Amino acid sequence: MRILDPHIHMTSRTTDDYEAMYASGVRAVVEPAFWLGQPRTSVSSFTDYFDSLLGWERFRAAQFGIRHHATIALNPKEANDPRCREVLAEVPRYLLKDGVVAVGEVGYDSMTPEEDEVFAAQLQMARDAELPVLVHTPHRDKLSGTRRTLDVVQESGLPPERVLVDHLNETNVALVRDAGAWAGFSIYPDTKMDEDRMVALVQEYGTERMIVNSAADWGRSDPLKTVKTGQAMLAAGFSEDDVDQVLWRNPVAFYGQSGNLVLDPVPGFTEGAPPTPGVEFEGSSVLRGARA
Amino acid sequence: MNADRPAASAVRGRLPNDLPTDLAGSDWLTDARAEVARDPDSITRAFAFAARRVGRAPRRPDTDPAGVVHGTVDDAARAALVVSLADAVGTGPDCAERLVALYRQGDAAERRGVLRGLDALAERGSLGGPAADADAGSDAGTGSDASALVAAGLELAADALRTNDPSLVAAAVGPFGARHLDQHTWRHAILKLVFQEVSLEAASGLADRADDELDRMARDFAAERQAAGRPVPTDLGLLTNGPLANTRLGTTPSTPKE
Repeated sequence: MRILDPHIHMTSRTTDDYEAMYASGVRAVVEPAFWLGQPRTSVSSFTDYFDSLLGWERFRAAQFGIRHHATIALNPKEANDPRCREVLAEVPRYLLKDGVVAVGEVGYDSMTPEEDEVFAAQLQMARDAELPVLVHTPHRDKLSGTRRTLDVVQESGLPPERVLVDHLNETNVALVRDAGAWAGFSIYPDTKMDEDRMVALVQEYGTERMIVNSAADWGRSDPLKTVKTGQAMLAAGFSEDDVDQVLWRNPVAFYGQSGNLVLDPVPGFTEGAPPTPGVEFEGSSVLRGARA
Repeated sequence: MNADRPAASAVRGRLPNDLPTDLAGSDWLTDARAEVARDPDSITRAFAFAARRVGRAPRRPDTDPAGVVHGTVDDAARAALVVSLADAVGTGPDCAERLVALYRQGDAAERRGVLRGLDALAERGSLGGPAADADAGSDAGTGSDASALVAAGLELAADALRTNDPSLVAAAVGPFGARHLDQHTWRHAILKLVFQEVSLEAASGLADRADDELDRMARDFAAERQAAGRPVPTDLGLLTNGPLANTRLGTTPSTPKE
């Protein structure tokens, strides 16, 4: 099973997670910029975070053989803080960067006028940068928030196939599919969506434009929910090819619209080799990745 | 040179001739360098897109599969862009300011590109410095005083040497670092390479700059490893005058030679 987890906040995860993910078939991830639990109070907190997504976290993932990409945006929750909104001036230069495969997470949290304004502005940035968009749907009032999301996307003039609407469930999936956008599902231990409900949705709606992620972060979550969903699909009678479409080809097709996915193996990476030379001097002293 | 910027054909003629053949044939790079000559601000976008246009392959895959020691094709492309920038704006404070911005706003690969660009400028004598002829800088850029550019380069190299990314540390000890880093900083950079298991082939001018203090540091490190019952990195032997006594050399494979 090969997996691209299209939504996972690796910044909050451990190296054990990276090892377990690789062992389960995860070869690439996309880490959306989002809020960190603790509210930010200045633009520089954002730029340090964005730099970390494109720098340290990409480096860290590569040590475990996983290709790391990011989406960049001001998230809807912090769009409500005027101290944070100033970061919008910095976002466009990040959208040019290597490994930035979408604008996101954008969308609604509490559906305020400020969120409206920031969402629309970032959809325009996505058009300018020719990038797809990852849209977060609100935890509260989700159906109404999804409707409003799709209206705003349509008004922006972005083609729906460049939009992935995430955190969907049984109540709003049809709305998103009818709009022509990609449908994203975050499989969580006990909220949002679970593996068996996900299998039922794929049985009902098919495998086209359906994307599954773990959305693992600093909360109670599981970075292996992608592979567990794949196993649940197989157990329910789906083929290996169906699973490959949902867990690999679909997210590759969606984010591939950026022209900025890197999916070839990390050069020099050997599974099981010590990932952090310089700590343990086992094997060769000279070339990282060349140890036999 | 600002008043008389080079045509694309002239730019092509100045591409460093050690570029891999797939890069030398890159129309994108030729165009991007010509564009930088016309509009120096365009380097920002070219820097961001370099890897997507020329690839990320290691320059010497046989001995350096991860492209850490000798860099990658996109490193070389960005270095060529930096050379074009210096041709366009000179090697004075303006160039320094632009390279600092490219580095500070760049990801790790872009940062390597700036450092390897400084290497390219140092190698062709554009920056003066202790190892260069007194008038070596007059044939490149505007012939302006490069002291601000060197100072900026040292600031960026210091930043790279503080990271834990071996590719950045390796890029900071090339020809620019060999020529301009102070001796204390340079010694610690060399030891950090050994810690990070990066081949000392990454370090330019190793034999010229290695001194008694580095010899002592290498021997102390070897002794520390030996006391802990851990293998002594073979590359330490390159830093000492004569063999490392009482150490268990040879417990790790030797440095591959090209």
